[in-house]
Amino acid sequence: MAQENIKVALIGNPNTGKTSVFNQLTGLHQQVGNYPGITVEKKIGTCKLSDNVKATILDLPGTYSLNASSIDENVVIELLMNKKDENFPDVVVVVTEVENLKRNLLLFTQIKDLEIPTILVINMSDRMKLKGIELDIPHLEQELKTKIALVSSRKNLGIDKIKDLILNYKSLSTEPCLNASSIDVEYFDKLRKAFPNQLVYKLWLVITQDVNFLNLERNEMKSSFTKSHADLKRLQQKETIKRYQFINDTLKIGQTIDNSKASDIRTKLDRVLTHKIFGYIIFFVILFGIFQSIFDWSSIPMDFIDSSFANLASYAKTHLPAGEFTDLISEGIIPGIGGILIFIPQIAFLFLFISVLEESGYMSRVVFLMDKLMRRYGLSGKSVVPLISGTACAIPAIMGARNIENWKERLITILVTPFITCSARLPVYAILIALIIPEERVLGFISLQGLTLMVLYLLGFVVAIFSAYILNKILKISSKSYFVVEMPSYKIPLFKNVAINVLEKTKAFVFGAGKIILALSIILWFLGSHGPDKDFKNAQKIVEQEVYSSPTPINPSVIPDRVSEYKLEHSYIGYIGKSIEPVIKPLGYNWKIGIAVVSSFAAREVFVGTLATIYSVGSQSDEEATIKNRMEAEINPDGTKIFNFATGISLLLFYAFAMQCVSTLAIVKKETNSWKWPIIQLVFMSGFAYVTALIAYQFLK
Amino acid sequence: METTIAHLKIGQKGIISDFNIDEIPLKLLEMGCLPGNTVELIQIAPFGCPLYFNVNDSHVAIRLETAKEINVVIESKN
Repeated sequence: MAQENIKVALIGNPNTGKTSVFNQLTGLHQQVGNYPGITVEKKIGTCKLSDNVKATILDLPGTYSLNASSIDENVVIELLMNKKDENFPDVVVVVTEVENLKRNLLLFTQIKDLEIPTILVINMSDRMKLKGIELDIPHLEQELKTKIALVSSRKNLGIDKIKDLILNYKSLSTEPCLNASSIDVEYFDKLRKAFPNQLVYKLWLVITQDVNFLNLERNEMKSSFTKSHADLKRLQQKETIKRYQFINDTLKIGQTIDNSKASDIRTKLDRVLTHKIFGYIIFFVILFGIFQSIFDWSSIPMDFIDSSFANLASYAKTHLPAGEFTDLISEGIIPGIGGILIFIPQIAFLFLFISVLEESGYMSRVVFLMDKLMRRYGLSGKSVVPLISGTACAIPAIMGARNIENWKERLITILVTPFITCSARLPVYAILIALIIPEERVLGFISLQGLTLMVLYLLGFVVAIFSAYILNKILKISSKSYFVVEMPSYKIPLFKNVAINVLEKTKAFVFGAGKIILALSIILWFLGSHGPDKDFKNAQKIVEQEVYSSPTPINPSVIPDRVSEYKLEHSYIGYIGKSIEPVIKPLGYNWKIGIAVVSSFAAREVFVGTLATIYSVGSQSDEEATIKNRMEAEINPDGTKIFNFATGISLLLFYAFAMQCVSTLAIVKKETNSWKWPIIQLVFMSGFAYVTALIAYQFLK
Repeated sequence: METTIAHLKIGQKGIISDFNIDEIPLKLLEMGCLPGNTVELIQIAPFGCPLYFNVNDSHVAIRLETAKEINVVIESKN
């Protein structure tokens, strides 16, 4: 039997529970991708409607109206304007919620003007009793010229009704609910005459928005129908008023609200959570708790991943036939994958907390509390979320800056976020701190090593804020500081939404950054295990000769280690390390550290792995402790230790500030739509890192 | 009495009379911040900005400079 497929687009204001409805309709039958060329998430799911009909449901980004103010919202308009788009819906489902019905209906009336079959979902019906709200559904259906599903996605009520309505979408009216063009009859008549084949509302959207519209000569249109920006906005205001008049008239009969029943949990919580003293205390306690638990909880799975991959690598090495290919697998690919997976626990836990805070409505209060403070440094209250996410990984953090309306504030947020200590810096910090900071406690309970780590975190944050301050002074971008934050009502987070969100964010990291990290680990493996000349090939012979012909007797057991060291020195990467030695010498690094630093430009955590290779540590041993011992034993030709306090501090500072993450640069390029900003980021961050490391080393040595 | 919503006290209500449309984001209008609607100041963030309002049943926070552009008539106390 032929399967019929109905294409559905899910549209709604933010905070209406649109994603919950999507999750209920599709379960786990979802796919997350990107719209071509931009990093806006594209979520598609499928849902079985009857034996031979299924629906493909597209969850569009949340938007307040069809007047887009961000690339996320643009996606919605561009899809609805383009009938040729492969995702153009047969039917649109507009999700609204019962408490904000009036505002949510604005978007609904706009979509109706596009004359696409439209279903209205009124969500959160479980709160109607609590809020004293009653709805006259038949009246609303008649006035809004649609069919309505009263739904509680939280309690899984009414979802079948949506499916039913989708199945029968052909019976829906495509007539607009009001005549918006009456706001300027003359103007719209002219428009209608000039383009008789197009919907007037579509034309109006093309004039007012920056959207690509395939069939129309946009420029031609602009020239003959353009109005000044201010005039257009006045018309848009008139349009909005007109729509609200209609909505108010409809709801006057269709909705009754008993205000005495309105509960005031929101007021009480707001009073405490946005209090000028308690508000901050609560926020910092929550933040502290989050970081504390991330460290506590993720250490167990991280250790497990670490040892599993070490075992797997040695298993592969011993059980596969010896040769180039086995080396690639056991020394390049397996450690490469392990190096990506090791970050999953921390990233997953952090996004678990962040999505709980967002779902509950608390995050908006944090934005509200922090805005004024952040603005002093050219940031926005909305920069708080990216800055916190940055402690896991800069990639999702930079994408999270998208909802900052003001371009300058958004750009500064994107530029400074990579200074925040991300989880890839941690293994580097861990080994360096263990090397140069004694395992002592001050005042009997504060661990000196722990304190150093905390100082590094603070340092990253302070430098981020400080550079934001400088950028704010330098950048000459004038954009009006439009800042509008909706303060949603408080809700208990839904497990399903949180879980799916965490899963998606983690997947985005694994497949986004992961690809690059894996590719680079393989390249690094190749560069480290091949050499340009015959010194590399004949390493075994050369070392043996040296050992046996030495005037003082040398124990032959050192031969294997010496061979791998000799090989490394004469490999491609060894030559690269040596060629940059003059540049890094003033920082206190030798060519071996140089190799590690160069390979870290792929991704920071490669540092530890590279050192492990350099010091030819067998993967069976407890890597960190072994690398540490070898590094400690490493001496300069003059007999002084290489890894002394000065070198260690210099390296820590270098890793704290340098831009060493290709994946981040790639995402910045996408988000800012130019190579200019990632290049500036790379040059300035790394330059700053070099200078601070230089100063630190020269003072401390 | 006519003033701007930036001058409301916490808990005080007013009716929007007009505003300087060039300084107001469209999004705010779409959320219901339109002449004739009632607006109530719910909370002021520390350091005096942003301000948190209930307008037309939308709960929104906006910055002081935007709030100053929106004129309201305060309903008399009795």
